[in-house]
Amino acid sequence: MSAREQILGRLRQRKAAVPASEQPDFSVLTRRQWSAGERLDLFRQQIESVHGEVMRVPREDWLTPLVGWLQQREISTLLAPRQHEVGQTLRAGWTAATGNKGPELRAYDRPIEAWKPELFSEVDAALTSTLGGIAETGSLVLWPDADQPRLMSLVPPIHIAVLDADRIYSNWLELLREQDWAAGMPANALLISGPSKTADIEQTLAYGVHGPAELLVLVRQ
Amino acid sequence: MTAEPTFHTRARASLADPQIRANFRNAMDGLMGKRTAAFEGWELEELRTLGAAVRQRALSQLPDLLEQLEANCERNGIRVHWARDGEEACKVITELCQQHQARHVIKGKSMVSEEMELNHHLAGAGIEALESDLGEYIVQLAEETPSHIIMPAIHKNTGEISDLMHAKTGTEPRRDVPYLTSAARQQLRTKFMQADVGISGVNFAVAATGTLCLVENEGNGRLTTTVPPVHIAVTGIEKVVGGLEDVAPLLALLTRSATGQHITTYFNMISGPRPEGHLDGPREVHLVLVDNGRSEIWQDDELLETLRCIRCGACMNHCPVYTRVGGHAYGTTYPGPIGKILMPHLQGLAQTQDLPSASSLCGACGEVCPVKIPIPQLLVRLRREAVDGDKLNPSVVRGHGVKRRRLEALVWRLWAWGHARPALYRFGLALAQRLRFLQPRRLGAWTRHRTAPVLASDSLHARMARRDGGSS
Repeated sequence: MSAREQILGRLRQRKAAVPASEQPDFSVLTRRQWSAGERLDLFRQQIESVHGEVMRVPREDWLTPLVGWLQQREISTLLAPRQHEVGQTLRAGWTAATGNKGPELRAYDRPIEAWKPELFSEVDAALTSTLGGIAETGSLVLWPDADQPRLMSLVPPIHIAVLDADRIYSNWLELLREQDWAAGMPANALLISGPSKTADIEQTLAYGVHGPAELLVLVRQ
Repeated sequence: MTAEPTFHTRARASLADPQIRANFRNAMDGLMGKRTAAFEGWELEELRTLGAAVRQRALSQLPDLLEQLEANCERNGIRVHWARDGEEACKVITELCQQHQARHVIKGKSMVSEEMELNHHLAGAGIEALESDLGEYIVQLAEETPSHIIMPAIHKNTGEISDLMHAKTGTEPRRDVPYLTSAARQQLRTKFMQADVGISGVNFAVAATGTLCLVENEGNGRLTTTVPPVHIAVTGIEKVVGGLEDVAPLLALLTRSATGQHITTYFNMISGPRPEGHLDGPREVHLVLVDNGRSEIWQDDELLETLRCIRCGACMNHCPVYTRVGGHAYGTTYPGPIGKILMPHLQGLAQTQDLPSASSLCGACGEVCPVKIPIPQLLVRLRREAVDGDKLNPSVVRGHGVKRRRLEALVWRLWAWGHARPALYRFGLALAQRLRFLQPRRLGAWTRHRTAPVLASDSLHARMARRDGGSS
């Protein structure tokens, strides 16, 4: 008999049904609701409490403050999407915004196997879009795809995420219901709440242990 | 007594080690405070009730959910394997590695892989398995096992870790946590790039969508499940839940109970291998479902509650015994209160007979458990199973009756017999009162740190009767 048949067989042999629980009541998770302004404040407060940085930027011109931030840090390479609206806007306005003083724009346009060492050591920062934010936990929602692969938000030492202020939800349950995640999940979905961290050495917080050491959220208003 | 050190000898050694005591005490005190702060503003009781209900509902549908999970994972392109025990799971994983000519495996944190000693197995097949969670990496360098399920290296302080990394990896002997962390990052990044296979655990497996959820702060879990061409996820069969919504309360409870965080840095949901046209992610994803005694526990309504566990470690953080003896004293994969009720199931009571008694039954573990596992009641149940003899509730756990002593059983039978006969009882009581000067001062382990209680000259019954008589 196969392991599968034997395990399921043993489970199916149970004499009486497992005592079922009381009907789960999920209302405790969605009871706390906030206005749009409060959601943005809470999101900011939460993500700053875990070492993330928030920059509010005007929707029409978010490139100027971004470039200022990048140039101040002397970032020399930035990985950005090509298809997504965020990437298109950025690429269209890049020369004007940077005055050709860098950083150099790169694209994740090959399979990882073709440029692993390069991605791991030569890219300073990566910029991605987000599907929304979660106020209660200060989280960003990402569904990586061919244009914005999974490692973009993970391998470079700095991750910059673009978030529209009107897409900040109160909590994750509300977000996954409204965006109807149950209808179909992508190969990878992520909640990101701050830069990579560890407290495995004597409970002392250290950032950037495996992923980015810095997370900048551009909140477009 | 066997030559193998027992819980008692190991506990005594830990208690005598001020370094271990200080390391655990500091960590556990901090974690308790952080947990309390993280639940501020929450209806915690309601949330725990929801967490327990969601887990219990999933367990009540376990075989159906497992089949549904399998079907949806396969539909998504995740290959599903089943394993009756740890040995079989190790074999499945080793074979998968061999099919891909894997020499180097990188691992994310997985308690079930510790439970089945996967690294040892892989090493036997000539495959190097490297732990990538910083705590696990340190523990592996030290050739030890984790002493806490969430913070594996909590028994070591910075100085010890600095010396260890200096000796094993050539880092500078600096007691500087950011330096040590970035040194580990560099060492492990090379390994991530070279790894042929990534192996991870699973925090929640969602049946309705065929999704594997991983909770982590470091990003090593994401690297493990994204960079190597093959990802193998391994999990106990009890980790399955119905739908995505069920994950919401469990995630809210898990991170706050474990480390007092509102959420971890990464919550990683994997529902398939790299899709056509995508540029990263593994080409193959495998899921190994491990039983290893779980379907046995599941047969009993009371013991089954153990399977609700979401592995947060809050019971350890709040346990007065764990805090003092540390994780290694238990000598088992899962230490602390949850280990005391889980390990007897996985290994049988013969090997774990000291564990159910290694508790003062103070009840803290049950009070903080996010899914309301009645740990103290289960400890009492296992103590009973260890001595057998309750005809109304026959024992079922493997190795039951291992602590049964004929003399002890006889004494209790006489005790019951005497108490059911009033005349005999009164005679015995009077005799004991008269002869109380003969009572021994030393009563074995009980009086090592206490004075022996002295029998009163009078029974409570007699005193009450006198008081009632006087006041009327």
